Formats: sequence, structure tokens, C-alpha cells
Amino acid sequence: MTKNLSEGKSLYLPRVAEITSIETIAQKEKLFEFKFQDSKELGHKPGQFVEISIFGIGEMPISISSSPTKKGAFELAVRAVGDVTNALHRLSKGATVGIRGPFGNGFPVDEFTGKDLLFIAGGIGLFPLRSLINYVVDNRKNFGRLIILSGSKTADERMLVNELERWQVMEDVELLETVDIGNEKWGGTIGPVTTLFSQIEIIPQNTFAVTVGPPVMYKFVIGECQKKGIPDERILMSLERRMKCGVGKCGHCQINGVYVCQEGPVFSYARIKKDKLTEAL
Amino acid sequence: MTEKVLSKQNLNIFINTLLSRGEEIVGVKKKEGKYAFGKIADAEEVCLDYDITLLPPSMYLLPQREALLKFNIAERPVASPVIEANPFILFGVHPYDIKAIELLDTAFSTDNLDTNYLSRREAATIIGVDCLNPNPNAFCPSMDTAFTDKGYDLLLTDIGDSYVIAIGSERGQALLKGCPDTQEATQVELKRKEEERQKALGQYKVALDTPLEKLPQLLDKSWNSSLWEERSEACLSCGSCVMVCPTCFCFDVQDDIELDLVEGERYRQKDACMLVDFAAVAGGGNFRDDKTSRYRHRMYRKGKYIMERFGKPGCVGCGRCASACLAEIASPAETFNLMRGESK
Repeated sequence: MTKNLSEGKSLYLPRVAEITSIETIAQKEKLFEFKFQDSKELGHKPGQFVEISIFGIGEMPISISSSPTKKGAFELAVRAVGDVTNALHRLSKGATVGIRGPFGNGFPVDEFTGKDLLFIAGGIGLFPLRSLINYVVDNRKNFGRLIILSGSKTADERMLVNELERWQVMEDVELLETVDIGNEKWGGTIGPVTTLFSQIEIIPQNTFAVTVGPPVMYKFVIGECQKKGIPDERILMSLERRMKCGVGKCGHCQINGVYVCQEGPVFSYARIKKDKLTEAL
Repeated sequence: MTEKVLSKQNLNIFINTLLSRGEEIVGVKKKEGKYAFGKIADAEEVCLDYDITLLPPSMYLLPQREALLKFNIAERPVASPVIEANPFILFGVHPYDIKAIELLDTAFSTDNLDTNYLSRREAATIIGVDCLNPNPNAFCPSMDTAFTDKGYDLLLTDIGDSYVIAIGSERGQALLKGCPDTQEATQVELKRKEEERQKALGQYKVALDTPLEKLPQLLDKSWNSSLWEERSEACLSCGSCVMVCPTCFCFDVQDDIELDLVEGERYRQKDACMLVDFAAVAGGGNFRDDKTSRYRHRMYRKGKYIMERFGKPGCVGCGRCASACLAEIASPAETFNLMRGESK
């Protein structure tokens, strides 16, 4: 016991943040904006996550949806599926929550400099990816092409529609969308997100692929990226697990021997293969 | 440091002196034919020739349930950390349990300092005792945990009518100063200590076929073995193996609120990767929804993941899991030996 504990603070004490705005995205999804009571920045990287607390209900890991280029506040887009997320959805503007973090490695944005970027989002995978997309949009000259492939279940379940439309009209953003199940209102592509790969041309040696979506999507997207010739170390994905503690202790987020909350959630396909992360995909 | 000798009778006086000074002592007591750690009120209760306790002493450092925060949600939610650490003496800890505590020390101080654990650890004085009467399910020599030369403040070895006492820290030395009846251990007494240890080594009934340092490699080759499914078929997913394990430190975090819906606490409690919903996520997904993958995960933690991460084995060979398992499948040694047999 050589470490000095007198300096030690609790790993588990959240900072207090106030909900400063709430926007309904879809039936079960809302976008929350938060400010810390002490006015400090969250200080995150795109692709990191926080632990959000509703005292009396519990704590839950949520990906950060806003880019660090947005100052003074940060955003979490949340689907109401469990106790904490449902409780959060019941809160109003002005309510306070607990926030720990940011945690995790985030996307390696420095390695992206000068490279073409191919982002593939499935469903609410767009929520964490939004932090990266807006980071690139706000630092546009540092990167090559920006191609976004986004897949939704139906036209009515397209997430962050305002944001999609904002990116759609940008000249230097190539946004392609598809829905699994079409309807009379939808005039676009129908099929899984992988359908969109046939509509793009890329220079694989100069491209990073980043995908976030439901677990079932990854192996298909990886296969398409490989077919395009993108090397495994440049195929990146965010692997979401139940990061209960966020500090590499509780064990819930483990994929084989790796703590996702510490070494993830962003992994390259090359890393998954090299470390034999057989539980990853 | 030189080793001391204390007669058994004087050890009892020593313990009672500590108690009368107001020291809190947690030691091993007989409990319905078994042994369990508990609060000691008198030296007569202390049992030092036990084989194994039902639950490991690490539960006094990482309690089965422990508050992390207190909160009040009356107006605006306010939370404050709970860090409890009252000095106490953990008395009669076997070397394998000392090594397990050393692993917890590493796990809770690597990357992020877990003040809850570490404060309690710092408040603990550890008085070990050599295990000379091993449990039939134990395989400590294979895990290099039968004896230890660190991790304790004092370590006793029974040499018949007295104990040889090794001093492991200044804290241990200071403690012993309050015990004027100790003598310098003679060469004869030290020789007897070695003989007792050798005798104990001969009593272990289970051994690993694989050298400890080769375990990760063995497991590296065994991921797709059909033995995982065969072994886990009888698993009841009850989590007993984990609940009695001195090296298992995974936990769940929950909130508890008083009936007034105002005051409450956030606590952590021991959780088990062998339980069905350990790797479940919101929305219905479960990344280890079958018992084979849960069983394999536990064995990989015991033999590979922990060792690769912290440089210490994730199993100390105490045999508690094997004793607790109703399906008789929990022994890591047995499992690793089967894997080894298959990989030959």
C-alpha cells in the first residue's frame, strides 16, 4: 500500500449537471442538453461516454452526442428502454442529474487528419456518431471527403432528422440514407445499410471507416468495408456494453480480457482480430 | 527481519491484550463444523488450525454490500461520497487469501484508485497464519500461494507448542512490541517451521498439470473446445463459485431509497459473471446468454485475463468454489487439467 490515499476522491461521485434543453427526436428518443452547475466543460473526445445518474433510480452509460467543438454544454441523445433512461425522459428542463466521465478512448481523430472518412450508422448508432460527424464538420478543412451512410428501420424511425437535413445540404458532406422497410412516403433506397456501399466509390488506402449501430450490423459492415479494400486497422467500431462503473473495476463491460470502458468503446477490426476478442462481434 | 517465537498460551494473552486496548479483531471461528471469519470477543474463540473458511477474509475489504454514496433528492439532488475505514486486525489469514488480497490491491489501484477499497485496505492490519492443514479441494502449491513472504504485517507458523512469527511491516513490528513475551526464534525453531511447511505441502490432493505461467497459453488454444459445453451442462447458474471466491471482485451498482423517497444510498454488491444477466444490456440484449459462455468466461478470468492484466493469477487455488458448487464443476484446476489432457 504505497499509494497516497489522502488525496483520493471517490471514483463514484457524480458532478451535478442541469438539463438546459430537451428536444423530442422520435417516439422513444430525446436529445438532452446539459450544463454543469460549476460551468465547467465536460472536456470529452468524440466517441466517449458518460455515466448519467438519476438518484434513487440508478446510473447508466450513455454515449455523448455532441461534438467537443460545442462549448459550454454537451448533449446526450437517449432512447427510453430501461429504468434510468425512462426516468430521464420524465424529467423537465431545469432538472438536475449526476454525470461522471467522460470515459473511454473515443475515436482517434488525430489519425483522421487529411483522410477520407466513411461513417456508417445503423438506427441510434447515429447518436454517438453525431459527436464525430459534427466534430469533422466543424473542422472541415482538416479532413478529406466525408461520406455518411445512415440506415433506419422505417422512414418514420429516422433519427435526428433536422441534423440529417443540415448535413444533406452541405456541399462537402455526402449523406446517403436507406430504410429497411419502405412506405409510400419514402422515395429513397430500401434495404439494410450495407445496400448503400454499392453507391459509393472510395480510395481505400486513404479512407477510415467508422461504424456504430446494433451488434448484428457489424459483421456485415466490416465485410463491405473489406470488399472496398479498406485495411482492417482502419475499420473502426464502437462496441457498446453495460459499462456500470466506467472505471475498469466492475467487470460488466468485459469483452474477453478487455474492459470496454477503459480500452474501448472504439476498437479497430485489426485489434479485435489481434487480441482474439471473440466475444466482440 | 529476524523472526520471533511466541508460546501458544502467550499468543492468547497477546490477543486479549489487543482486545482490551479496544482493537477490533476479525478472526476465524468454528461455525457448525466449518470455519468462518467473524468479530472476535475473546482469544478462546480464535481458531488457527482451520483448513478453510466458508467465505474469504477479503469480504472485510470488499464487503458483499457497501455504500458508495448517500443522496438526498428533496429539492435538488445532492450526493456525498461514503468512504468507511475503521482500523481493524484481520487475524489468521492463510497465505492464499493474503495473495488474493494482494490481487485486489492491484486491481483497485490500477488506472483508477478505488478509494472505497483502498481506504479500508489501509485501515486493515493483516496477521497471517500458515495453512498446515489444507482443504482437500485446494491446489495452492500449483498456484504459488501455499506460502508467502509478503502481504502481511505478521505471519504465524504453528510449530507445536508455539508460533514462529515473521514480521512483514513496521506496523506488525509495532504491534508485537506490545507483546513482551516474544523471543528471538532459534535455528532449531526455524528448522521446525520449515519441516511443518514441507509436511503441509505433501498433503495437497489436487495439482495443476500445467505450469502456472503456461495457463494463459493453454487457454489461448482452448476457446473452441467442446469441453466448455460438456463441463457447463450441469451448471445451475447460481453464482456460488463466485460468491465464495477471494479473487472475484466484480460488482453491481444499485440505488436504494428510503420510504420517504427523499434519502437514499447508492451501493455496490458482489456480482457474478456466472449469473444469467451479468452481461445483459438495456433493450434485451445479453452478450453471454448461455451458460457455456459464462462458464468459459469465469475460467478465462481465473487462468488468463486477470494474469495478463495484473500480472497475478486470478485464482489462488483455495478450493472454495469446488466446495460450494453443487454441480461439482467449479474447480479451475480440474477444468484446466481436462483442457490440458485434450490439448495433448
